[in-house]
Amino acid sequence: MALVAAAILLWLVFAVWPDWLIDAIGRKKTFVTTLFNGLTLAGLYFLVASGFTLIFGLMRNVNLAHGSLYLLGGYIGYEVSTRSGSWILGVVVAFVALAVIGAVLQVVVFRRMQGDDLRQTLVTIGISIIAADLMLAAWGGTTYQFTPPDALFGAVELPIISVVKASGAMVMIKYPFYRLFVLGIAIVVGVGLWILLNRTRIGMMIRAGVDDREMLAATGVNVDLVFVLVFAIGAGLAGLAGVIGGTALSIAPGEDVRYLLASLVVVIVGGMGSISGAAIGALLIGLAEQFGLAYFPTYGVVLTFLIMIVVLAVRPQGIMGK
Amino acid sequence: MKYSNLLMGASLAALMSASGVYAESLKVGAVATLEGAFAALGEDGLRGIQLALNEFDGEVAGYTIELISGSTDASPDSAVRAVRKLVEQDGAQIVIGPLSGSEGIAIRDYSKTQPEVTFLNGASAAQDTTLRETSDNFFRFSTEGAQWMAGLGEYVYTEKGYRTVAVVAEDYSFPYTQVFGFLEPFCRMGGTSPQDARFYVPLGNKDYSSVIAALPDEVDAIYVALGGADAVNFLSQYEQSGGDLPLIGGSITMDQSVLGSKGSQRDYIIGTPAAGPISDTWDDPRWQAFVTDYQETFPDGFPSPSLFAHGYYINAKAAFLALEEVSGDLSDGGAAYREVLAKLSFETPTGMVHLDERHQAVGDIFLTEVVEGPNGGLLNKTISVTPQVTQTLGLGYEEFLAYGPVSRENPVCE
Amino acid sequence: MIAGVVKTISGVRPAWWVALVLLILFPFPANDFFTVQIGAYSMILGLIGLSLMILAGYGGMVSLAQLTAAGLAAYVVAIFGVNSNDVLGFGWSWWIVAPLAIAVGTLFSALVGLIAVRTSGIYMIMITLAIAVSVFFFARQNYEVFNGFTGYAGITAPHIAGVDMRAPLPFYYLSLIGAVFFLAVTAFVEGSPFGLALQATRDNPRRVAALGYSVTAIRVFAFALAGVVAATAGVLLVILNGRVSPGTIGVDVAIDILVIAVVGGLRHPVGPFLGALAFVLLENFAIDLIDRERFNTVIGAAFLLVIFFSPDGLLGLWQKLSDRIKPIQTPTKSEH
Repeated sequence: MALVAAAILLWLVFAVWPDWLIDAIGRKKTFVTTLFNGLTLAGLYFLVASGFTLIFGLMRNVNLAHGSLYLLGGYIGYEVSTRSGSWILGVVVAFVALAVIGAVLQVVVFRRMQGDDLRQTLVTIGISIIAADLMLAAWGGTTYQFTPPDALFGAVELPIISVVKASGAMVMIKYPFYRLFVLGIAIVVGVGLWILLNRTRIGMMIRAGVDDREMLAATGVNVDLVFVLVFAIGAGLAGLAGVIGGTALSIAPGEDVRYLLASLVVVIVGGMGSISGAAIGALLIGLAEQFGLAYFPTYGVVLTFLIMIVVLAVRPQGIMGK
Repeated sequence: MKYSNLLMGASLAALMSASGVYAESLKVGAVATLEGAFAALGEDGLRGIQLALNEFDGEVAGYTIELISGSTDASPDSAVRAVRKLVEQDGAQIVIGPLSGSEGIAIRDYSKTQPEVTFLNGASAAQDTTLRETSDNFFRFSTEGAQWMAGLGEYVYTEKGYRTVAVVAEDYSFPYTQVFGFLEPFCRMGGTSPQDARFYVPLGNKDYSSVIAALPDEVDAIYVALGGADAVNFLSQYEQSGGDLPLIGGSITMDQSVLGSKGSQRDYIIGTPAAGPISDTWDDPRWQAFVTDYQETFPDGFPSPSLFAHGYYINAKAAFLALEEVSGDLSDGGAAYREVLAKLSFETPTGMVHLDERHQAVGDIFLTEVVEGPNGGLLNKTISVTPQVTQTLGLGYEEFLAYGPVSRENPVCE
Repeated sequence: MIAGVVKTISGVRPAWWVALVLLILFPFPANDFFTVQIGAYSMILGLIGLSLMILAGYGGMVSLAQLTAAGLAAYVVAIFGVNSNDVLGFGWSWWIVAPLAIAVGTLFSALVGLIAVRTSGIYMIMITLAIAVSVFFFARQNYEVFNGFTGYAGITAPHIAGVDMRAPLPFYYLSLIGAVFFLAVTAFVEGSPFGLALQATRDNPRRVAALGYSVTAIRVFAFALAGVVAATAGVLLVILNGRVSPGTIGVDVAIDILVIAVVGGLRHPVGPFLGALAFVLLENFAIDLIDRERFNTVIGAAFLLVIFFSPDGLLGLWQKLSDRIKPIQTPTKSEH
């Protein structure tokens, strides 16, 4: 079944489309570009949601200020990259700055109410309300766009034929290189997280903590330190995503709520606390959003939430949830 | 002890002066979006009122004008709450505002419950506010979204030779109004815009790449009605994806905030036509004087007055001119005042304005085109001025109503 | 049942009767603005907050979809009553429309409960938030039923015995009756077998299940009850505003309701009303005192302060809430 689907998908991507197919679902260029858009958006969603799910998995803390971390990362990255002229530096500083902020939040706020999950969640709502307002005060209502390095700008030709003209000339599909770069970053981060969790001592502790927090503490591990570390990684990833995503699109007030909701849906669909779940959820939601936008824009936005409600109805703990 | 005496003295003095002024002051409410993402635009609207007030030195017919502002978050519910406070609590007899279309309709509905209070529009530009279910005490001296497109459809049909256009617009009433204003003459002349080439994107969407991929190749141009941030996103993504169709702009698509935004030089939008109620670079002395006045009064403002400052200015100016004519006398519940308003005709920085029978402004509209400026930047050049555009775009009222309310599909134009 | 009602009424302390008399007299010194926009509007927001309080306070279930239930009821009034948008507007009588609206809001709330109670505790905030957002988006995009971004305006108010219910005095008393009625109902339910069972599901769901009750049924019924309260508030809201649009049920407003309920206090049903009053006063007069621009910072800070330092016994509630959540989050642990 999965093989057949994969074969059909490959054929759809690489074959020259016959006329009846074009009549049925439109041009190949639209389909392939939308497919790539979905994949790259999924990459961005994964970057944001992986930190969110990691924090939840370990601490049972639904950090509803996660979107604020994303937006703040974007703004900090913007300030750094425009002042230094180095986009890469912007990315690095955004990651580090948000990791530090995340660690501080964990120590100052969340440690005070360890185990009080609901209260922690409500606190994050309060933080996100204030953060959004203060960021509006600092950066105003304008939209910021980054200038990525020249090497990442512009479109590349994919080895995929769009149409064959009557003259026999083949028109290849062009695609913005930066978006492929986003997908690449997401894969690197995903693999990195997998290695961290599965091949390192720290990762073992985190996984043990996800399965059984009290047991982990009982083994003499400094749980507090692990918590701070995970919070820092999660927040740092949100900050990193702020710059990466802000460069692909833009940063403006309201993006915090947008990415918070996206992360929520992604992890609810994928299963709370699971990195692979976040990847699957991000793929589903990213593709649904882009195909919705291209093929039925009116209800495209509703589609993602419908997927979520269906998943909840069938499997309340999410696709990969335990 | 000494300190508290001082304080008491000061507050007493304030009290006395306040009551002294009270006898001769007139309360005017100003409703604008002062919170949320559009706060900067609301503040510019208030600057417009201030400019008008400065022309009267803050005093009309011997009455000191006391401006009380009310804030909205751009939602109609918040607009009604703000205006209710201004009228029912603060006792404003004249209210100027709001900023956005659906707020305007909400305030117009509220105005029907307060027949003794006179409402003037701010910068809101929804068509229905003064077309259907109109209110006797709601006046709009600024033009609206469909009027703003005047001349554009004809221009791209005859001068540019476009016959078929695709549409990319945000999915709510203001862009519908703009699309309508653009397509109505365009299609009447013989142009088409197939329904499946119209893309209405949910408000707040920043990712246009899939929409761009779905745009048909077999059109002559793309009509883009997106606001500030959305426009910037669309343009940069359109460029990145190698798009090469010519564009046509809505009233807030090709404005200075978009043209002046940082990033790569968008040479491909040179020659893009657009239309709207103002033109930044219009060389007419009336407009130039207004811009200079704005820049000198508000060094922290925008480089040039936005269409929000312009809209609030015109409506405030009308409010004060009419107030002067009735010598500030609103004792009859403002009936005489509203009679004067309805007949008022005056000179604005953008030409003469008067009202039609539904209290909607008839005014001049500017057709512009993006050109390369003297120092390499992009700016809008004024191509022509369409004089005295009516709300029904030159058609009769009944004939115009036959189109029905603006929507995604209106006009049909296949 | 009747004995219970009598007991509830006779158990009301004199202070409450004094408060009620003051509330009845309030419109006479107050102007229209204070009567409607402060008084009646606080009671409407308080009712929506009460809807949340019933779930969170007694059931330990925080739902962000209660405003959506109120909003849907408002939409039903616009759709089946009279509106000026030339979309639907069947013009049915208020005697049918109002109960229908409350029924739809109740049904929606119960449905949310049905979906949400399958998950528990902390998940519920997220799931109800997501449901609220999807309804918001759907309403904004759908023109056939919800009239899209524009929503409905010009919704006429009912006339009861020739009295326009939107006029300040009648509307104030209508809202007051609604608020007092549901406060009384909540107080009555709190001590009823159902209320006790609900509180037991908050404190120890497994014991409730062991006693042979259906925890799911109790919770879904609580959602339905909360839905009646919210939907009634929605009908009042649409009578007051004469309009409803997607902005009415936006996420920011849903969060405001949560702030109102939490700041006011979730331990007693009167809490949300106090929270609503504080919120409405701040919303209207902040512009005269501080820069309106930073309104949200003030609101957020107040919210945080209450969560951190609430002296109003909220901590006790948190204790109960977390006691309830803990065993669900770590089901392998049964010893305490």
